[in-house]
Amino acid sequence: MSDSPSDSARPVPFRGGGFRPVAKRGAAVVVFALLLALAEWGTRAGWISNLTLPRPSDVAATLVELWRSGMLWTHLVPSLTRLVVGSALGVTAGIGVGMMIGLFSYVRAGLIPVVAALFPIPKIALLPLFVIWFGIDEGSKYALIALGTFTPTIVSTYGAVDNVDRTLVRMGQSFGLSWMSIVRKIVLPGALPGILSGLRVSIAIGIILLVAAEMLGAEYGIGAYILQAGSLYDLERLFAGVLILSVLGVVTSWAIGQLEKRLLRWRS
Amino acid sequence: MCPPLSAVSAMELTLDKITHRYDGLSVLKDISLHIPAGEILCIIGPSGCGKSTLLRLIGGLERPSAGQVLQLGTPPKGCLNPLTYVFQDFALLPWRTVEGNISLVLEDHGIRGAVADRIITDVLARTKLSDFRPALPRQLSGGMKQRVAIARALVVKPAVMLLDEPLSALDAQTRELLMEDLITLWSRQPFTGVYVTHNLSEAVRLGHRIAVLSRRPGQLREVIDIDIPLTERHAGDPRLEAMQVRLWDLMKQEAMAADQELLHV
Repeated sequence: MSDSPSDSARPVPFRGGGFRPVAKRGAAVVVFALLLALAEWGTRAGWISNLTLPRPSDVAATLVELWRSGMLWTHLVPSLTRLVVGSALGVTAGIGVGMMIGLFSYVRAGLIPVVAALFPIPKIALLPLFVIWFGIDEGSKYALIALGTFTPTIVSTYGAVDNVDRTLVRMGQSFGLSWMSIVRKIVLPGALPGILSGLRVSIAIGIILLVAAEMLGAEYGIGAYILQAGSLYDLERLFAGVLILSVLGVVTSWAIGQLEKRLLRWRS
Repeated sequence: MCPPLSAVSAMELTLDKITHRYDGLSVLKDISLHIPAGEILCIIGPSGCGKSTLLRLIGGLERPSAGQVLQLGTPPKGCLNPLTYVFQDFALLPWRTVEGNISLVLEDHGIRGAVADRIITDVLARTKLSDFRPALPRQLSGGMKQRVAIARALVVKPAVMLLDEPLSALDAQTRELLMEDLITLWSRQPFTGVYVTHNLSEAVRLGHRIAVLSRRPGQLREVIDIDIPLTERHAGDPRLEAMQVRLWDLMKQEAMAADQELLHV
């Protein structure tokens, strides 16, 4: 029991807040800078040996050298071409098949088990087969990346189609819209958010497969560059290559983010 | 702009012994009902009595297990979609603007460009939405969203409007405003309407006739006529209050029983 009312009057303690991520600008940059500074300091001071980790400034120098000599483009252009062609094929086909699975019960019943069987296969294991089918050149690499992006795109697309609000479809039917109109104007835009977020995963898988394919047989390309560096234990070049891959990942993710911003402006 | 009144509601509907089951669960039983032209029929009943199912059957979104829904007469000239719904949750496409949501139902009839523009301008003016033309649904309040859905329904010049609890997702004040809007729209250009609701005050304000359903399996308990013209009905009118009490007496037992039912779905 309190002695007097004025005595017991105190603010209600705040118990809410948290559990809601807020955008904190610059935090990532600070973390990156700290990690780099730590590595630089460690390698210079000697408590990180040169064989454990290359000096960040040396990696930067290697990158600059790569750019100056023009070799950066020699490696980057074929890699980007493979990634773009392969994932364009895989994603387009994946969205097509995913839509079919989402729309037709027979296609769903027939293809979902096939997709489930294809999905967990490490696609890189099929590279020898693709080399026989499509040749040792670019064809097999396109096929590998296409297949790798194909299956996750299917899964995300039919999941997205399943999640389209059925009341909107009923509305379309109740106004006598044609089947094509319902698919084009209601199902496809309704599935777009899910398809785009699936695209992030697909492209990331595409980059992994790109490097794997290039390591197994390519003269030029980021994967080939990393493999050469690795077999010579040239850690500076190895890290430079890995850094290029990271940047590639960040850039594609940013590009998809821009695409989402443009296409999904209607979302809050 | 508006077609002559006589042409607007030339189509009538008759329900002939409608019975409906979902996997053996009987939802509606033996419902025969006449829906005359130019009047609003309200269907009320306790929750889960199959009111909304009945409306889906009337508009052809579902097939009855037995019985049939008959159209009498031909829809008026210029009618693009004879049986047109207004849904409880608005069913607006979130990626289309107010204008886009309305043009959606015109596009399939080949109405585009300047013609569509004129029609949309007219319907937006009638539903007081002219200022909201470029807005996206997420920017609108619930009441405004339902106004857009009503505009979308009006634009196809329906012979019969099927309203599925159109005001149930709105707060009491907005509901009052929209009820007045609906009455204004009707008195300016009478339409045939089937209005499903669980809200008795909406029923007595908007219904020329009120059909009362029993709890599941829904059967027709009674059809009540209200002779007071729509425009003379106002909130708090003692005659309407009395009618509401009478309806509640009819429904109370059913509603209590329905409330205590276990769901087997």
